[in-house]
This record gives sequence, C-alpha cells and structure tokens, in this order.
Amino acid sequence: MFRFVLRRLLQMVLAFFGTTLIVYALMFAGQGDPIQALAGERPVTAAQRAYLTEKFHLDRTGVGGFFYRYFDYLKNLLQGDLGQSLTGRSIGDILAAAWPVTVKLALIAMAVTILFGVTAGVLAGIRRASIFDNSTLLLTLLVLGIPTIVLAPLAQYLLGVKWQLFPATAGADPDLYALLLPGIVLGSLSLATALRLTRTSVAENLRADYVRTARSKGLVKRRIVSVHVLRNSLIPVVTFLGVELGNLMSGAIITEGVFNIPGVGFNLFRGIRTEDGPLVVGIVSVLVVVYLVSNLVVDVLYAVLDPRIRYE
Amino acid sequence: MRVRRLAAWTALPLAVTLGLVACGSGGDGGSGESNPDAAVRIEIAEPQHLVPTNTNETSGSQVLAALFSPLVDYDEANKPYEMAAESVTSEDNTTWTVKLKDGYTFHNGEKVTADNYVDAWNYGAYAPNGQNSSYFFEKIAGYEDVQGETPKAKTLSGLKKVDDLTFTVTLSQPYSEFKTMLGYTAFYPMPKAAFSAPGVLAEGYEQAPVGQGPFKMKGTWQHDAKVEVEKYDAFPGEKPKVAGVEFRIYQQPTAAYADVLSDNLDVIKTVPTENLSTAGTDLGDRFKQSSASSLQVLAFPTFQKEFSNPDVRKAISMAIDRDEITKSIFKDSQQPARSFVSPVVAGYRDNTIGEAGEFDPAKAKSLYQAAGGPARIELSYNGDGGHKDWIDATCNQLKTNLGVDCVGTAEPKFADLLTKVKAKQPVGLFRMGWVMDYPSMENYLGPLYSSNGSSNYYGYSNPEFDKLVAEGTSAASEEEAVKKYQAAEDLLAEDLPVIPLRYGQNNFGHSTKVTNVEMDLFDRIDLLKIEAVK
Repeated sequence: MFRFVLRRLLQMVLAFFGTTLIVYALMFAGQGDPIQALAGERPVTAAQRAYLTEKFHLDRTGVGGFFYRYFDYLKNLLQGDLGQSLTGRSIGDILAAAWPVTVKLALIAMAVTILFGVTAGVLAGIRRASIFDNSTLLLTLLVLGIPTIVLAPLAQYLLGVKWQLFPATAGADPDLYALLLPGIVLGSLSLATALRLTRTSVAENLRADYVRTARSKGLVKRRIVSVHVLRNSLIPVVTFLGVELGNLMSGAIITEGVFNIPGVGFNLFRGIRTEDGPLVVGIVSVLVVVYLVSNLVVDVLYAVLDPRIRYE
Repeated sequence: MRVRRLAAWTALPLAVTLGLVACGSGGDGGSGESNPDAAVRIEIAEPQHLVPTNTNETSGSQVLAALFSPLVDYDEANKPYEMAAESVTSEDNTTWTVKLKDGYTFHNGEKVTADNYVDAWNYGAYAPNGQNSSYFFEKIAGYEDVQGETPKAKTLSGLKKVDDLTFTVTLSQPYSEFKTMLGYTAFYPMPKAAFSAPGVLAEGYEQAPVGQGPFKMKGTWQHDAKVEVEKYDAFPGEKPKVAGVEFRIYQQPTAAYADVLSDNLDVIKTVPTENLSTAGTDLGDRFKQSSASSLQVLAFPTFQKEFSNPDVRKAISMAIDRDEITKSIFKDSQQPARSFVSPVVAGYRDNTIGEAGEFDPAKAKSLYQAAGGPARIELSYNGDGGHKDWIDATCNQLKTNLGVDCVGTAEPKFADLLTKVKAKQPVGLFRMGWVMDYPSMENYLGPLYSSNGSSNYYGYSNPEFDKLVAEGTSAASEEEAVKKYQAAEDLLAEDLPVIPLRYGQNNFGHSTKVTNVEMDLFDRIDLLKIEAVK
C-alpha cells in the first residue's frame, strides 16, 4: 500500500509541472493587451502602462520571454508566493478569502449528491422497474437536460425572489442556510449522474454469482445488500465522486456568479474576463493540486475497496 | 404500498426545506417612516483601487464619494459650486487660488490643510507611482518634469502652499474651466497618515482610506464582499440622512437585481439589460431613470479613402433610423443623439448635426451614390459589450436604405479593436463610447477630435477645430469658452468624423426600504439625499 501511494505521489509532481506549463502557455498565447483589458474602455496612461509592463515583465515576449516568465513564476511558486494579480492584490490573499466559501459550497453539493443521489440510486437498483425507479430515472433525465446556466437563475427566481423560501443571493460570508440553495443547484447535476451510476451498479451486482451464493447460504437480504453488494457497487461511484469534487471546486463559476458568492470560480471568471494572467494561472495551479489530491484519495479508496488493485 | 413509499420520499426533502425556512425568516416588520439610524445597502462591483488619484472607475469612485468631500460639486445646471473649498478664484485663468473652508478634519482627527492637497496631487502626478488618474494633473505647470521613468522633479512646480488654508495652482496654459475639473475624484486631499514617507503611500492605507467626507470607514475593505462606512460626526458640511452605507460587491448585476427584488439589497445602480423590459412591472415606481453623460457613436477611419468624403459619412448617418433602434433594441433605456456633446453639459444644443441626423433613406441613397461610397461596409465592435443587436440592426438599415452589403465584425474586446484602429488596419466603421470626466463641452471635443487628442482614433485633423478648442480652453469667461466650443462643434457637424447615435441613461432601481434615491452624472448614488424607511 505504501509503495502504491508513493508511486502516485511521484506521478503527481510530474502532472503538476506539466499542467501548469500548459496553462501558463495558453494564458500567454491568448493574452491580447492585458493592461488595456484591465482598464476596460478607458484610456491607459503611458505612466501606468510602463509601471505595469515592468512589474509583470510584459515586455518579455516570444519563446525566450515565455520561459523567462514561466520560470520566474515557478520560482516564486515554489517559495509559496503566488504573486500579485494585475490589480495589485496578492493572489494568496484572494485565494485565502475565496477558498473557505467554495469548500463549504462544494461540501454541501457533495452531501446533497451522496445523501439523495447514492441513497436513491441504491433503492432504485434494488427495486428495478418499480414506480420509484422509473420516476427517479425520469427526474434525472430532466435535471441532466437543464444546464446550470438555466437552472441556477430559475431556482434563484422561483425559490429566492418569488416565493422567498431562500435568500436570493448568499454573499461573502453566508450561513449554511444561504448556501443551501446554491449547494443544491450545484449538486443537482452530479446527483443525477451519481444516482444513475449507483443504480446500474447495484442492479448489476445483485445478479452476480456471489449474491446468489450468499442468498443460498441463507444470509438475510439486508446483510447481502449492505455488506456485499454495496461495497462492490461503490467503486465506480467513489471514482466519480472524487473527480466530481475537483469539478465542484472549479465548476462553480456559474453558480457562484448567480448567487454572488465570491469563491474560487467567481475569481477565476473575473481573471479570465480581465485577462488577468497571473490571477488565472495562480488559481488554476491551486485547482490542479486539488484535482491531483482528490484523485489520489480516490485511488487510495479504490485500493481499500478492492484489494486486487493495491497488489497490481 | 409502493405509492405510499414514494410519497414518503418526496415528503422528506420538502419537510427539511420547510423546516429550514421556518428558521431562516426571522421577523422584520416596518412602519414606513424615515430612519436616520439605519444603514443602506448599495450595489457596486469590486473597486480596482481606493486611492483618490488611482481610482477612475465608478465603483471605486462611489465608495470614495462617501469618504471624501470634493472641493467643488455641481448644481442642477451642472455648474460647479464650492463644497470643501471656500473659494476657487483666478484673474488670468492661469494662476488659481484655492481657499479651503475652516473646520474640516480627516477621520483620524487631523485638520485638513493646504498641504494635504499639495501632497496628494504631487503623489498622483508623479509617474513612477503609476496612478491611473495621473493625467488629470497634466494642465498644472511642471507636469512634464514628473513624467518618465526617472523624472527630473518629484513635485509639481505649479503647486504652492500660501498658508494653512490656501494654496495656489499655476497652470502651464490658461484654462478657464479649471474649477470644473476640481470636482473629480483625483482632486481629493489625503491626510499625513496616508504617507509613510514623503511621496510614499503607507501600506494599508488603501484597505481603510482616511478621508474628510461625510462618512468614515467601518473596518477595512473586505475584498469581493463589501466596504462599510458609517456617519462621521465631526463632518462640518451637509449631514447624510442615514447612519451608514454598506457597499455590497457583486460580480453579476443579475444577482444584485434578484436581491433588490427580494429586499436584500437597497439600490442597484444598473438594472441588467435582460431585466429592462420587466423592471417597470417588477419594481413599479422604484425603477428610475436619469440622464447620464455617455455618448455612443459610430466612428469613421477618416484616413481611409472610401470614407474620406464627408458626403459619404453624411449619407450613412441619414440612412440610420436612430429613433427606431433606440426604441426597439434599447427599449428606451437610451436616448437618440444628434449632437457631439451630451445634454448634461452647459453649452449643449439640440440637433447640431442638422440634416445628417434626419432619417431620409431616399436622399441618403442618392447622396451616397453621388459621392461614390463603398459597396461594402463593415461595422466593427467589441463582442463583450452587448453591442451585437444594435450593430446588426444598423447593418440591416444600411443594406435596405443604401443598397450596400454590410457586415458586423466582432472583436473579442474593446482593447483589441483599439489596437487595430491604432495600427490603422481596415476595420471599417467602428463603435466608440465616451463618458465624461468632468462636465464641460471641452471634455467631449478636445480629447476626441483634436489633431493630437488622446482618444482621436479617427485620424481626424482640422487646424481650425484645434484652434477653436484651444481658444475655448483659454477663454476669459465660461460664456466665451462655450461660444468657441460651439463653433468647434459646428465644424464637426460639417465634417462628421463620427455619427452620434445615442445618449446614455442611468437605469437604476431600489428596494422598498429606501427613498430619495438619486443618481448623479458620474454614475454615483447621492449619499447625502438617500433615506432609509422602516
């Protein structure tokens, strides 16, 4: 098990450098005139331009300039310094403020997914072709068909503005209740996938030979389902949920925008819109780490659930 | 049996939701009277900076307007009158004497003196400090010497302290409307505490700016979340009618709009375009409109041969039905424009472009053909600003009315468009917008159409025009200046380097918890007028 984890960790280092290089290159290539983008439609003074150009080495262009800036960035990053955004704020500070609220939101979404998605999936899997099974399938089809960009404003309008069940937006320092609606919206998409995945997996395993053996040995149904079927059925679900956690951290761009939650997605969106290269690269670097760690956790869980994997 | 189970499963989440709702909505009732002890909540975007000389966007200006009191403010007719200044006078329009009112103090207790203005302006003008509004000081003598990477001087030679409450400003050229400029954000004073050494801004000042205005900071600037201010009791000027203001930061105006609808936010400064058609029914008389200073135009690259003939430009202008587009596309959230300056400034005259502003397809077509206009017209715009609809509509009108082929070309950002125009690449006609810095006709003419104007992207150059604007800026009186500017505008009307299309309008709204919500020409809510009701 130790060697398994170690090997994974080493792979993570490589993946980290590879992805940051790609992200940095993309940002570098896509950048038009970041100083003008920062100013919007207003004129930029020569003094301001000179100041920012020098500060962010924007005069370093071409391949040589790219590597100069990339290594400069890496050097600072390895010292734990994410640098400054073009507006002059420390990216470390921005992330420190944005992180907690995004984590809370992602956890709520995750809880919603597991609580409703996995539970309903198991039930639907046990009672295949029942009314419950069919109605959940229909519901998930509906949810999967509505993109977040429609679902989030719709939920906000109906539940927040019209019926006033929830606050319309959550704001910067939201309580659990204010985060509930955005969390449910965010979780609903992975909920549908998790539900269907669990259902199929459970339904398949119920037909497996070992279940028949267990049944013929006279085990009660509850024990068969909770110990034998569930353990095996959860492998694909855990994989999905692990990757989804990474997605939830970054993929909250729309939800965080609609509900005005200044989290990671919110800042990423702003960075992209204002061509704030340092901010985008900084956030993405951290997101890469989140992805890698959640993948590691998935792999370890996988190995725990299925012993064959760790002896590979 | 199965049906009952299903019911149980649906009932559970519902019960959970309702239970939470019961916890969440705790009583706030209201009586409807003005409440001076309440704070109001106003929507802004994340300010870029909160240092007077570094703030040139509306969100930051809105916050600074609470913390600072300007030397002059503008009356109903947009003429400047003294606020923090006792008097602003000049005999030759070159040397200006500013006398300060006694009794103003900064929020940290420091008395406001002439030094505070001189220090702040010197800081702003000094190029290595990289301040956004540095160019506002360019009319002051000695500005050239503080420019460049290693400037010759550290301070402006034109700023002199006379006594504690008086200082003089010497301009490099006479400028009759200097007093008008002083209402701008860049001209606020900064306390001694703002500087850690002469000319060096203290770290952390920006997180909690200390001003001399009606409100002081409550805590620090909470990035992406809010900036809170509360009433400053020692403020000698007109007192605000609320105890404080919470500037709440939104990334998307739609979120703010939802909050205003549900009374979670008091004022939204710009109703999102997608909500404009329903805002009247959603908010009733709480949806407000007022004139703004912006002007939208279609600009010609006059350096290109096909657009160099003014008759071609005039014909295109006559083929566009401004009123129709303003009505159908903008739902009357903007107003059709037929002059080069906005109605909000003194000296504005209606319909200065005359015949070119009339919609007359038949005449436009014959004029266009006689002048030999191009058979294909391109309209360039920035795709991120919601301009596609009106550009397409304009194109359709040109197609129908002039019989030409017309395409709208989107550039990703306005900056990309400007880069192309600056490099004189053929982009066809391009859209431009202008928002004034201070209420003066000069601000709508000088920077845009002077031969060396900072925003003259059209290659327009008319020595007579340059002369008239220069004479206007150095005119002895405001009336005389306006006359010169109007003469200059008449020249533009003949040459038509751009086609004026629409004047902007503020479309804002408020909750049921506030009254007297007014917006000024700088896109700011008037914080001295707004009242809370409860």
